[in-house]
Amino acid sequence: AALNDGLHSQVSAALKEGRVAPTELCQRCLALIKSTKFLNAYITVAEETALKQAEESEERYKRGQPLGILDGIPIAVKDNFNTAGIETTCASNMLKGYISPYNATVVQKLLEQGAVLLGKTNLDEFAMGSGSTDGVFGPVRNPWSYSKQYKEKSVPKSHSEDEESNWVITGGSSGGSAAAVSSFTCFAALGSDTGGSTRNPAAHCGVVGLKPTYGLISRHGLIPLVNSMDVPGILTRCVDDAAVLLGSLAGHDPKDSTTIQDDFKPFELPNLTDVSKLSIGIPKEYHAPGLSSEILALWSKAADLFKNAGAKVVEVSLPHTPYSIVCYHVLCTAEVASNMARFDGLEYGHRSDVKDSTESMYAATRREGFNDVVRGRILSGNYFLLKQNYEKYFVKAQKVRRLIAKDFVKVFRSGVDILLTPTTLSDAAPYTEFIQEDNRTRSAQDDILTQAANMAGLPAISVPTALSERGLPVGLQFIGRSFQEKQLLTVAKWFEKQVQFPVIQLEEVKRHDSDVFQHQKSASFS
Amino acid sequence: QRVSVEVLEHLEHLALVDFRDAEGVERLQKAIQFADQLHEVNTDGVEPMDSVLEDRWCLYLREDDVTEGNCTKELLENAREKVEEYFVAPPGNIPLLKLEERETFLQGS
Repeated sequence: AALNDGLHSQVSAALKEGRVAPTELCQRCLALIKSTKFLNAYITVAEETALKQAEESEERYKRGQPLGILDGIPIAVKDNFNTAGIETTCASNMLKGYISPYNATVVQKLLEQGAVLLGKTNLDEFAMGSGSTDGVFGPVRNPWSYSKQYKEKSVPKSHSEDEESNWVITGGSSGGSAAAVSSFTCFAALGSDTGGSTRNPAAHCGVVGLKPTYGLISRHGLIPLVNSMDVPGILTRCVDDAAVLLGSLAGHDPKDSTTIQDDFKPFELPNLTDVSKLSIGIPKEYHAPGLSSEILALWSKAADLFKNAGAKVVEVSLPHTPYSIVCYHVLCTAEVASNMARFDGLEYGHRSDVKDSTESMYAATRREGFNDVVRGRILSGNYFLLKQNYEKYFVKAQKVRRLIAKDFVKVFRSGVDILLTPTTLSDAAPYTEFIQEDNRTRSAQDDILTQAANMAGLPAISVPTALSERGLPVGLQFIGRSFQEKQLLTVAKWFEKQVQFPVIQLEEVKRHDSDVFQHQKSASFS
Repeated sequence: QRVSVEVLEHLEHLALVDFRDAEGVERLQKAIQFADQLHEVNTDGVEPMDSVLEDRWCLYLREDDVTEGNCTKELLENAREKVEEYFVAPPGNIPLLKLEERETFLQGS
């Protein structure tokens, strides 16, 4: 078995048939994590516990009693999910040294199915950002920066300029998770998605990024950003794997009262061959200012792909799309102001040495613990929640939110099954270029194509589509109806098969895994 | 229209987070300006939306039965200052120093 195998089709089979042992798989991933340390994808590597979990998995396989398809599979988890006994930092000074006393429900579910938790991945501080550049542990580097495909296309400006200054961002805020999956150090990773934080890095790193319907997967244990929009996100190398992860995580959780009570039935994705009954909507407002001509062309090509295969492709309108970022800005900062109030240094996390009074200790703790981005959002949020501003900003934004959600309902009611849009405005920017603008500006620009799905609570998935002229991944996004993940993923899988996105050619992986280049197939396997 | 010093101070007090410098204040000003675009949208007759799941009534009250707990030890583990089974806080009921009394860049503006 190779590290770039699809979980569903190959690795699980290999484990079951004894062609590879869980401990071997775990060790190879750990070794690769070490040699790709320069990516800065992981904040914590839980080597000892991972090996122990792998050993236990191996015992189960020997007895012929694996817990399921995820047994023995190495996975990574974004560092804003609580993991018992393992440090959970949210890439912030506020939680440095915080050892979670419990597992987030999604983490618990993965462990109960035998998954091997390799470690916690890097992110923007408290998941605020679209580059994975604003955490206290430093930025995450996109593995594609070191790929043959990117290097071939980049022209160094001088002899001294090398990969060090040329590297591109992963996107964010789940950049560490995306980089981990993209560089083969794990088979799947958990991210979170509030404004696009799973889909954005998925698109930039050439992996599949699924944002499930709000209410489908438990948020218990996910350190909250915006309670009404957050969802755990799933990052994998192919759509089938995303369906497997979804199957193991979805369902009502009594510990999260915002999860729906309906029974969730895990599904296997059919191999769609006939798309003639499908109606694909192309929302014209997603031709947003700043959309690169390259991505526009790719989007158009994808629409043609569906059309030529017999699907009905129609232009639709989601008129309030341009206001989703402003709306998000107000609602997000308001909920952040509330959610960050728990960090006061008393029960957990960083605590300042100031001890004159409770309030001065709280104020100093928060000054020392939070970065500018977080503090800025807290202050803005408090402004919008002031009595004199509440109606004008917060309630107003809630009304606009309804209009945005209604736009989608109207379009889906008109017979459209799935919407097809770009995921990002362009391919990944070089780090040096990205940091020229501040976090809020960047987030506002980058979230424009992904945010509305969070506003309306709809499921959405980014599928790697093609390489840009610079040799970097570009993804396209599908948005589906509420709780219709099966249809969404079925269409995504069909698309994935059509586009045959190339496998990343990484020197590091080559050294560790000689099988990788023996099968030069695309990341999708049917 | 710029935010008054009174409101700035009030915000710092409410949030227990400081602006730190003029840049921080400028950031707020820009955030407000950005948010003002909301007023371009006509929302007459539109109800505010609290949750996308409003049609599903999934927020429910459960029975008041104790299902878990007795984890005092785990909960105290992450606290820096504790005495026996108490979290220790500095003295309360002491308001944050007033604007004139504490060092803040706001005095300059």
